[in-house]
Formats: sequence, C-alpha cells, structure tokens
Amino acid sequence: PSSVPPVHPCLRDSGARSVSVDLNNDASLLIDIPDALCERDKVKFTVHTKTTLSCFQKLDFSVPRQHEDFIWLHDTLVETEDYAGLIIPPAPPKPDFESPREKMHKLGEGEATMTKEEYSKMKQELEAEYLAVFKKTVQVHEVFLQRLSSHPILSKDRNFQIFLEYDQDLSVRRKNAKETFGSFFKNMVKSADEVIISGIKEVDDFFEQEKTFLLDYSSKIKDSTAKAEKMTRSHKNVADDYIHISATLSSLSVDDNTKVEGRVASDEELKLTELLRYYMRDIQAAKDLLYRRARALADYENSNKALDKARLKSKDMAQAEEHQQQCLQKFDKLSESGKRELTSFKGRRVVAFRKNLIEMAELEIKHAKNNMALLQGCIELLKSN
Amino acid sequence: MLNSSLTYNVSVSGVFQRNPVAARTESFQPNTANGEEPADLFSEEDSGPAARSSNSPPGYKSSGVHSDDDSDLFAGVLSRNGFYCSFWKLLLFTHSFSLIQLEEDEVKDNFELDVAVTNPEKIGDGMNAYMAYKVSTVTTLPMFRNRTFSVWRRFSDFLGLYEKLSLKHSLNGCIIPPPPEKSVVGMTKVKVGKEDSSSADFVERRRAALERYLQRVVSHPSLLQDPDVREFLERDELPRAVSTQALSGAGFLKMINKASDAVNKMTIKINESDTWFDDKLQEVESEELQLRKLHTVVESLVNHRKELCGNTAVFAKSIAMLGTSEDNTALSRALSQLAEVEDKMEALHQAQAASDFFIFAELLADYIRLLGAVRGCFEQRMKAWQRWQESQSTLQKKREAEAKLLWANKPDKLQQAKEEITEWEGKVTQYERDFDRISVTVRKEVLRFEKEKSKDFKSQLVKYLESFLQSQQRLIKFWEAFLPEAKAIA
Repeated sequence: PSSVPPVHPCLRDSGARSVSVDLNNDASLLIDIPDALCERDKVKFTVHTKTTLSCFQKLDFSVPRQHEDFIWLHDTLVETEDYAGLIIPPAPPKPDFESPREKMHKLGEGEATMTKEEYSKMKQELEAEYLAVFKKTVQVHEVFLQRLSSHPILSKDRNFQIFLEYDQDLSVRRKNAKETFGSFFKNMVKSADEVIISGIKEVDDFFEQEKTFLLDYSSKIKDSTAKAEKMTRSHKNVADDYIHISATLSSLSVDDNTKVEGRVASDEELKLTELLRYYMRDIQAAKDLLYRRARALADYENSNKALDKARLKSKDMAQAEEHQQQCLQKFDKLSESGKRELTSFKGRRVVAFRKNLIEMAELEIKHAKNNMALLQGCIELLKSN
Repeated sequence: MLNSSLTYNVSVSGVFQRNPVAARTESFQPNTANGEEPADLFSEEDSGPAARSSNSPPGYKSSGVHSDDDSDLFAGVLSRNGFYCSFWKLLLFTHSFSLIQLEEDEVKDNFELDVAVTNPEKIGDGMNAYMAYKVSTVTTLPMFRNRTFSVWRRFSDFLGLYEKLSLKHSLNGCIIPPPPEKSVVGMTKVKVGKEDSSSADFVERRRAALERYLQRVVSHPSLLQDPDVREFLERDELPRAVSTQALSGAGFLKMINKASDAVNKMTIKINESDTWFDDKLQEVESEELQLRKLHTVVESLVNHRKELCGNTAVFAKSIAMLGTSEDNTALSRALSQLAEVEDKMEALHQAQAASDFFIFAELLADYIRLLGAVRGCFEQRMKAWQRWQESQSTLQKKREAEAKLLWANKPDKLQQAKEEITEWEGKVTQYERDFDRISVTVRKEVLRFEKEKSKDFKSQLVKYLESFLQSQQRLIKFWEAFLPEAKAIA
C-alpha cells in the first residue's frame, strides 16, 4: 500500500473563505496560516501573526501549532466564566484523512487489476482529494483564529495571546489544563443542554424566540449537512467512473496525446456542504450560550428560593441576599451580552449564506458555460470529419 | 392492431442515426413505450433532410488518425475535467478506426430502405402475454410490393430471423448482426403487469435494440437481398418461430463462441503469407476485451448517477425544510428556491443517466455482441481452411492407395480408386475455391464492419455529447434564475 508523501503546499487561497465574512480586517491584529506540514497523522500548522498591539512582544512572528493546541485554546475559552455570555467560535474539527487514505489503500490493493495509466490517474485523483482535505482543514483552523481576533473581547484573552506568541511547545500547558478543568464538565454540558434550554421558563421574548429558532434550526441544519455530504459523495463516484472510462479508452485508442490534469469535481457542491457544516457547529456554539444563560437563570431562581427560605428562618439573610444579587448580576450580564452576540450571529449567518449561495450559483454557471464550449468543440470536430 | 398508415414526423430520428442520403425524404418517430412524446433525449436533434445530408459526406473519407495539431488544440482545454478527457479519448478511438481504404463498390452508401420499430404493445395477459412491436418500412426498392408498409412482430420473430440468416450466411463468412438477448426476468415483469419505470425501461431498451438490430440487417447488402428478410418486413402473418424457444439468439451465439473457443484451443494456425487475417483477429479479440471492461465501468456510471439522483432529491427536501425554519425572510425564500433548483438538477441527472444508458452503454453492449459475430466469421474461415487441408490430405492418401493398388495389380479396385481420386480432386478444388471465396468475403465484411462501427460510434458519441450540451444549457438557466434570489438576501 502506497503512503501519501508529506505535503508542503502553499495555501494563499483567500478566496476560499466564504463560511464567515468580515474577518481579518483589523490591521491591529492580523492572523493567518500561510503554511502547514503534514506528516503521517499529524498536521503542523504555522500560525503567523502581524500586530500593532503593545501586549505582544514582537510585531511579526510565527509559531508552529498542532490541532490539539487549538482544542486546548477553545476549551479554556469555553470554561472561562467571564465569557459565559459570548458565543465561543466552534472548535475546528480534527483533520480527517481517513477517506483518501482508505481509498489509497484500496487502490494499492487493486493495482494489479488496472492498467498503468488507470492506476496513475486514480492516484493523481486521490492525491488531489488528499490535498483538498488538507486545504480544508487549514482553512477551518485559520477561520477559528480569525474569529477570535476579530471579537472585541476574545481577542484580548491572555490564553489566546499565549497561543499566538509562545514559541515553546504548548503540550505542557495542555496537560495542566486537562487536570484543572476535567472533562466531565464538558460532557455534562453536551448531554444536558437540550433538556435545560427547553425546560426553562423564559421571561424575555427575544430569548424565547431565539430558543425556539435555534433548537429547530439546529436539527434541520444537521440533516441538511448530512444530506449534502451524501450528495457530494455520489457526485464524486460519478466523477471517478469517468476516470476509469477515460483510462479504458486510452488502451483502445491508437494515439494518446492528452495530458490529464487534476480534476475538480463539483466544487460548487463542496462549498455548500462546507457552509452547512460550519454553521451546524456555529449553531451549536450559540446553543451553548443559551445553555449557560439558562443555567444562570436556574441559579438565580434557586438563589431566590434560598433567600425566601433564609427570610423565613431569619437566618443567613445577608449571605443569601448577596448570593441572590450575584446571580442576578450574572444573569443580567449574560442576557445583555447574549442578546448582542445572538443578534450579530444572525447577521453574520445571513451574510455568509448570501455570499456562499451567490458564489455557488456563479460557479455552477461558469462551469457549465465552460463545459458547453468544450462539448461544442468536440461535437464540431466529430461532425466535421 | 394492424394498420398500414404511418405517421411521419420529419423532426425526429432514431437513436441509431444512420447516414442520410439524398433519396431519403422522411424519417420515423420512435415513440416511447407509452406512446407519449419522446423524451428530450430524442426530440431535439436537427431536423429535415437538408440539414442532415449536409452533415455527412456521401462516402467515407479515410481521414487517418487525428493530427498532432488538432490534439494540442484540445489537450489543455479538455483535460481539466476527466469527463471531457474521456470523450477526447473516445474521439481518438473513433478516429483510430478511420484508417480504412475505401473500396470502389462501397461508395454506394445509398440506403434505399428505412426501417423502424415502434409502438410496443402488450398482447394477452398473464404468463402467455407477449409484446408486439410495429415494424415499419419505407423503401424505394422494387422488390417490395409497396413503398411504405408495416407489420407486427414479436421478439421470437426477430430471433427466428437471426437463426435463418445464420444458417444460410454464416458459412460464407458473413457477419450476421446478433439480436438482443432474451431476458426472462425482464419479460416476466412485463407479463405480470408491473407498471413501474423499470419495466417501461426494459420495454424501451428492447424496442431500441430490436430497431438497431433490424437496421443493421437491412444495411447489409447481401442480407437485404435475402427473401427471409423481405418476408420478415413485408408478410402480414409470420409463422411462429418455434425453435427459438429452445435457442435464443444469445444461445446461438454461445454455441458459436464455444465452437470458436474449441478451435482456438486446437491452435489452428492458417499457414499464410498474408498476416492480415491473423492480425485482424487479434485486434478484434483485444478490442472485445476492452469494450467489456468499458461496459462494466459505464454500467457503474449509470448506477452512480442514479444514486446521485436520489441523493439530490433527498437533499432538496432537506434544504426546503431548512428554509421553512430560517427566520430571515429573504434567506428563507432563497433556500426554498435552492431546493427547487436542486429538484430540477435531480431531473437533469435522471435524464443524463438515461442518456448514459441508452446511448453509451447500449452502444457498447451492441458492439461486444457484434465483435463476437466477427470472431465467428473468422472461425468459419478457419473451418473452411481446415476442410480444404483435410481434403488435400485425403486426396494424398487416395493417391498413395492408388499407387499401392497399381503395384499390387488389382484392376477392379483400381477403377474405384481412380474414381475416388477424381472425386477428391474435385473436392480439393471446390474447397480451395470456397476458402478463397470466404477469405474475400471475410475481408470485405470486416472492412465494412469497421466502417459501420466508426460511423456508429461517431454518431452515438455526437448524440451523447449533444444530450450533455442540452443538460448544461438547462443547468445554466436554472442557476441564472436562482442568482437574483441569492443576491436579494439581506
């Protein structure tokens, strides 16, 4: 079985970012991932920062980071109390080369049954797929950082700055973090949120609407993402068949002048799938915010009950009052910030969808027009003889 | 059921488009299984004799393999998409067979007879039911009673025709076009009355295959002259071909193939200085292998495209649901528009899958069968050679026997021996002449076949590409209509 050689591509493809907009515009803090290296299972991202802010030691610097470092950063942000009222940008998914790797393995096994040309074409195809997965994962990690840098509050986070700047291995810090926060908390959040969010009695119209909307939208977008992925896969199968057809025809024809370049299989559809996948995770992040607010409300209600009890018993009243005040403050702060975040999230989502749908339609048209020109050329040629 | 009036529709030609000639003035409209308007697949081709005759030269030009200049023109542009790379290859493939020397008597490409198979109708019920097909002929040939006429035939009639022609002509080295294969599963569905798309597909597939089969038969100059062919086209009631119940066209072919395998195993090699036959046979065998491989992949393509259809439809519904849940009105509307576009895409994929199958896959299947028939005629030639060789060795033995008798001085037996020698001398001459004749025929047949194949592939490929062209045009319209909706999102 052949292994994929280490890839070291240049990824200056700014046009690809259509899942989120208005990022990386503030010159005071510019982040990008200009380079990445893939070795076996591990991807090493080069995180490059250009800044005018005084909190950083240098103006222009780069650090190598692994996927686990991004997860660490995300988790510390999620678990920071102060950010409870913010939508924390969803963590980038783990780089998944399973699909092209499996295909490469199958290709290696079937090598004996194919012609040399067919094999090399399929191999080229798989390498292109591998490269696409690679580019996608870099993009997703980049967007995560850029969302942080363009957020007024999160961009100032100390851990974020460490992530960008610390030129040593972060793995020590990561281990410590795991011990401090523990993973059970995260699990609890994940399984309970639906129940808690829907169970809470809402006092605010805005949040009532948001809750209904987000719960419904979340399940629908999950469904659409899955269906889009299936459709894209089918399209790939069709495209792969054409490669086999092309290879077989090669062995039938006398002359073989054509070169086969990398093929682009319905990248219009891939775009849409990516958009849906991204917002599926983003919606989850928004839901997490609602959860935290619901918890805060629950805490406030509990503190009210405790205060009433304390008043009845005439015991520990001051303590209970103070606790109740704290809960109320926390809740109000969350609500205020939450409203802001959810409103801007809405706007962001609509704009991103708009951009993506326009690009998709334009690409489909462009691609079809190219195809038509080629087809007409072929037909002319055949008819003229 | 029987009627002699035909509806002419000048705007449509059959799936298997033959080269038009000045003499032709009308063409047929093959109706779909339901007698409805044919799918766009068939109906939007260029129409009229004037348009068509300008497309093709009266004879066939040996244009040779594509020149380097032309291929460079396309290499970079075409190769971006593997899909187009494959058609580029198909182009070269069809041209590779254009290295054919035109023989003088082939110039008359004047097909003064046109045949179509239409209107499949189910006759009867239950397991005794069968499909009847209308076979319509238009001709200027004097050997027919009328200029236009039609008859009703069933599948076994076609098989019967094939068997009659095989028996008579295969020994001459003729390439007899094989009929489509029997299908117990397909026919049972139809008999049972299953009214779904798969049995409609099956009937249409069979109708088109039967039409191509007949068209190949009548375009063969010797076969056209055969009275059985004339009877098939013209006679109102045909005696039921009983023997086909045991032996279908495929069964007959299998017999031939088995025989040819046996011959191969005997490794008979004709000792001849002209390597043309040997080379050609090897070419045919390797081509058949490649076509089989190609056919398998195209079948996979058809299935994957059908899958894509299904997944697109499911996706469209899901996006529609997402649209209803979206609270921004403009985005919600755009999403439901997107769902509609995806629905239309599904229909496009569906039509494309039909095109993949009916044009591309069936073309390959036809030629796999035809190449088998070509191999068959090479085997006939080999048998003729064998017969000749054996007769020569028999003659030799007889001569040796005569010499022995002369020496042993037995006058009465001698007379018999002399008679036998004369008889076998005659046979040797006869068989040698047979062998020469079959060699000439085989050569002519193969060249004719290659010419037809090249034409066929080219015209089918053009059809296939035109259907793609159409689908791309439609696609553009759909997305151009969607674009303003997407831009209206705010």
